[in-house]
Amino acid sequence: MHVVVCVKQIPDPAVPGALDAYNTLQREGKLILDESDSYGVEMALQLVDAAGGGEVTLISMAPNGEVSGLRTALAMGAAKAILVSDPALAGSDALGTAKVLAKCVERAGGVDLVLAATESSDGYTGTVPAQMAELLSMPALTFAKHVEVADGKIKIQRQTEAGYDVVEASLPVVVTVTAGVVEPRYPSFKGIMAAKNKPVDAVTAADLGLADQVGWAGARQEITGVTQAPARQAGEKIEDDGTGFEKIVGYLEKLKVI
Amino acid sequence: MDFSLTEAERDLVGLCRDFAQKEIAPRAPLAWEEARCPTDLLREMGALGLLGMLIPEAWGGIGMTTVGFVAAMEQIGLADQSVAAAWQAHVTIGSLPLYLFGSDAQRERWLRPLAEGRALGAFGLTEPDAGSDARGITTRAVRRDGGWLINGRKTFISNAGTDMSFGVTLLARTETGDDTRPAYATFVVETGTPGFTTGPKMRGIGWRGLDTRELYFDDVWVADDHLVGDPAMGLSQFLRTLEVGRISIAALSLSLTQAVLDMALDYARQREQFGQPISKFQAIQFKLADIATELEAARWLTYRAASLRDAGQPFLKEASMAKLKASRLAVSAASEAVQIHGGLGYMLDSPVARFYCDAKVLEIGEGTNEIQHVVIARELGC
Repeated sequence: MHVVVCVKQIPDPAVPGALDAYNTLQREGKLILDESDSYGVEMALQLVDAAGGGEVTLISMAPNGEVSGLRTALAMGAAKAILVSDPALAGSDALGTAKVLAKCVERAGGVDLVLAATESSDGYTGTVPAQMAELLSMPALTFAKHVEVADGKIKIQRQTEAGYDVVEASLPVVVTVTAGVVEPRYPSFKGIMAAKNKPVDAVTAADLGLADQVGWAGARQEITGVTQAPARQAGEKIEDDGTGFEKIVGYLEKLKVI
Repeated sequence: MDFSLTEAERDLVGLCRDFAQKEIAPRAPLAWEEARCPTDLLREMGALGLLGMLIPEAWGGIGMTTVGFVAAMEQIGLADQSVAAAWQAHVTIGSLPLYLFGSDAQRERWLRPLAEGRALGAFGLTEPDAGSDARGITTRAVRRDGGWLINGRKTFISNAGTDMSFGVTLLARTETGDDTRPAYATFVVETGTPGFTTGPKMRGIGWRGLDTRELYFDDVWVADDHLVGDPAMGLSQFLRTLEVGRISIAALSLSLTQAVLDMALDYARQREQFGQPISKFQAIQFKLADIATELEAARWLTYRAASLRDAGQPFLKEASMAKLKASRLAVSAASEAVQIHGGLGYMLDSPVARFYCDAKVLEIGEGTNEIQHVVIARELGC
């Protein structure tokens, strides 16, 4: 079984980020594996294991040839990676990114399953996987909180507000997984050492035949402005004069939770 | 001279920091509270390769340097001393005798599962009547039916009674009535061997998450292939292993000191009395500055001993000095850290109290500090 996992390398969320002149996130310096992608990597490793063979290929798009985040995912057990790193990609919108990643899936070849997170932790558009599926003419199964593969079919539990739907499709397919679908492993020491020598296929937009469809030139979206989220308003303060519990009960009744 | 880490050592430290902060720190305090050895954590550490720290890859380990081991310990011990104690006992005295003195067949049979983290290693030396005076052990192995019959009792043995323990490597006397000089040999006794039983988990002041027991050997018969190394050189074999163990306890002491320093500093900056954080009072500042200074000195001694071992040079004196200095510091620093916390620090619910309880044994285990003095004095030429 050949599983491709889309992984994004993002600026460390523990470090305050900054925007550039075009309202996009500055991505200079070291990037780390987006934690939400570690679930897809783990899921892929477990599915390949359960299938009794195969491999996991990572695909990623990042500036400056950055591989730190990819190495983390390779250390977890992925076999190889395709990294698209090209100054021409700067300014790519979600569709541009989907085009690049779809070409990477084709480049990986013989793919049974494409996994991605439901959305990245730094961009949050949540649209790339579905766009990629359309470009690849594959079904898109989203928000999977449980995944099973058997006899060329995939069955997922699709997270909904009320619970989950069971959705099935034939392989190949694009699936987005939620955080918590599986517990990501820690890379072992041997895994970390081995990852240093695993192949990373570095390609450009031109290699993928997408030279003029990506970056600022190909973008159909533009971030026109970024505004601060409104500050949280102070809540209502009630001094407890001995009847505070009645106010709490009244408030909860108003919310219709009791 | 500097002890800057190699890329592999830095990778190891990163891995240990991550695992210690995310898994050990939240889970180990409950095990301490319940006086239960958290073998689930040790198994997970095994899967990461951490249980094969000093064993070469050929035997399932990761072939780490001693310096890398010390640096890794600084991360593990920062999170929990009991887990770190179990881990280091496994890595040093629990595994090294088999690696250093075992045959290839013995390494394959017993060392590989230890190094790959599938089993926990233990070493049995101390007896009720023989601690510092290791030559005084009375556990005896005699030739019987093409093997050895072992009788005796060991005490304060770590890692031998968990659900992950493979058994124990132990030291026993082997001389016969005709010999004029005592002889000692090392044997492997696996869990489940008839006649080998363990007492209940002992209750210490600290290290409550560490499994420590008495071991009983009543007519335990083992085949000849359970004898490890030279049948007459058991004691010197073990003493060699203990040298590394001393570096390990020094490292454990560094991690304890760093932990209590961090806690005391955090608390001193938050706690306000007389209208300002107590960290603004010199009485507190001097305590913290002293601990930090002594910690740096102890750290350099420990890394120095470790780097000597990695360079293949003698390190007996330096290991003893590091253990002596670092363990004394751990005990005094833990006491001062509790003092800075005041009444809160005295309560067992506060993390600093747990580390305080864990400190004292560092002056006792792996050769008491009195024995470290003896070793150092002997090396000086006394």
